[in-house]
Amino acid sequence: MSTLDQKPTTRDEVLFEYLVRLADDRLILGQRLSEWCGHGPELEEDLALANIALDMIGHAGALYTYAAEIEGQGRDEDDLAYFRDDIDFKNLQMLEQPIGDFGYTIARQFLFSVYSYLLYSELKKAEDEQFSGMADKHLKEIRYHLRHSREWVLRLGDGTEESHRRIQDAFDDLWMYTGEMFDMDEVDRMAVEHGFGADLKQLREEWKKNVSEVIEEATLKVPRDDQYMASGGRTGFHTEHLGHMLAQMQFLRRSYPDAEWT
Amino acid sequence: MDEQKQLDAFQKRIDNGETIEPKDRMPDRYRKQLIRMMSQHAHSEIVGMLPEGNWIQRAPSLKRKKVLLAKVQDEAGHGLYIYSAVETLGVTRREVVEDYMYGNAKYSSIFNYPTLTYADICVIGWLVDGAAIVNQTMLARSSYGPYARSMVRICKEESFHKKQGYEMLAKMASGTPEQKKMAQDAVNRWWWPTLMMFGPPDDQSPNSQELIRWGVKSKTNDELRQSFVDMTVMEAKAIGIEIPDPDLKYNHETGHWDFGEVPWDEFWEVIKGNGPMNRERIRARRKAYEEGAWVREAASEYARKKRLEEEKAS
Repeated sequence: MSTLDQKPTTRDEVLFEYLVRLADDRLILGQRLSEWCGHGPELEEDLALANIALDMIGHAGALYTYAAEIEGQGRDEDDLAYFRDDIDFKNLQMLEQPIGDFGYTIARQFLFSVYSYLLYSELKKAEDEQFSGMADKHLKEIRYHLRHSREWVLRLGDGTEESHRRIQDAFDDLWMYTGEMFDMDEVDRMAVEHGFGADLKQLREEWKKNVSEVIEEATLKVPRDDQYMASGGRTGFHTEHLGHMLAQMQFLRRSYPDAEWT
Repeated sequence: MDEQKQLDAFQKRIDNGETIEPKDRMPDRYRKQLIRMMSQHAHSEIVGMLPEGNWIQRAPSLKRKKVLLAKVQDEAGHGLYIYSAVETLGVTRREVVEDYMYGNAKYSSIFNYPTLTYADICVIGWLVDGAAIVNQTMLARSSYGPYARSMVRICKEESFHKKQGYEMLAKMASGTPEQKKMAQDAVNRWWWPTLMMFGPPDDQSPNSQELIRWGVKSKTNDELRQSFVDMTVMEAKAIGIEIPDPDLKYNHETGHWDFGEVPWDEFWEVIKGNGPMNRERIRARRKAYEEGAWVREAASEYARKKRLEEEKAS
């Protein structure tokens, strides 16, 4: 929601907003990951990253479709993906950052996958059958994303001096975007009250523990929490990268709104 | 056995329709030709990811984005699969890969053309994958077992890609005026380069006869090209797309479609490296390879450390 939008109040309005947030996270990260296709460090990683991108975009599509259904205004997944502007997107700022080097992409994927794993483990208990079923289904794929990125964190951290330095830099650069994952606003609180949201504050500790274990096993240092933490993605406040990404993503669809593509 | 006898024995196996397997005795020249041809094929799959990947971020719907991403991912899988098949001939993936990035090895000339609009993605599916299928269906009966088997699997996926491309192009060809324009323009640009994919005319193809004698191929370049044209003309008509060849005409005597002269000068130029995208494609591949070096080094160093730890523990 931009600064002008009405705050959701009814159950369905909250659910819609909640689903769109989750979907935006996955679409934006999927779009970023797809940039690796054809440019990865080895063929196996071209395949793996494309595969994860495909899952992310698939998850986003399913969430948008359900959100649109709840909204009941006749919109579909593409209306939500292609016809909203950056101030309407609710994704975490971490996910819109450029892909960086392979270490940056892996570090981000790892931080987000641990988060997603914990979050979806809660969401699969949501008191909304369709939503919980979706979360349960997606969780199986998230488990694979987590394993893939975890293994790479270990390899890069405990690989060569250069890889160690690069992935440490990546974690250091990304850390300021991790606080936002656990911010609870009114929508999150209402989602919990309605029985379909996760208490993010409670996930934080578990996330920190899981992430730290792997980072330390990889002979790396866990960055300090007492530093500046970015926030605002959930209210449509973004870094400058998102606008460019959306311009690219949406241009064709928006240039010919009457054309059919599906 | 002297060399001629060995060659004769090998030829006899081929003529009997036997399949040659990696551990079988084979003439050096056969091995070399296969390494050349198969690695060229694998490189084409990989370089081919670039023109198509160019539209993943801009695909006009989430469904189209997924379809394209999955397709490009399939191409990577094909590359991997064929590289593994090449390795059965006693070369490493690294050797052959470096040979096209830094040496003289080739990949299909078709991927040296740019994808300008989204319709190009549909046309690559329909025409380029369509041409690949004609070629690969033949190669699925190739005398070298690992190559033949890889083609069987790859053909299945290519047929799916072709269907997707054709259906989307049909949609565009019956869509808005802008979509129609994009669709026809893309066919106009890709038609002749697609015909070049089958290689030079028979009288200028130095490898063909040998490959046919050894059962690697069973049809000549011109024969394959003709069957592709025959197949494609009706597909184009069915969706209201025009083939950009004024000489295209059905020949009642031969039962084939006659077509105009392929611009071979352009073909030879592109093969030499002077196509619109040659330099850029190689640059992109080298960049990925060089920027990925530290990742590959880290992975092997990590594996080495783990092996050492395990040895110590036992």
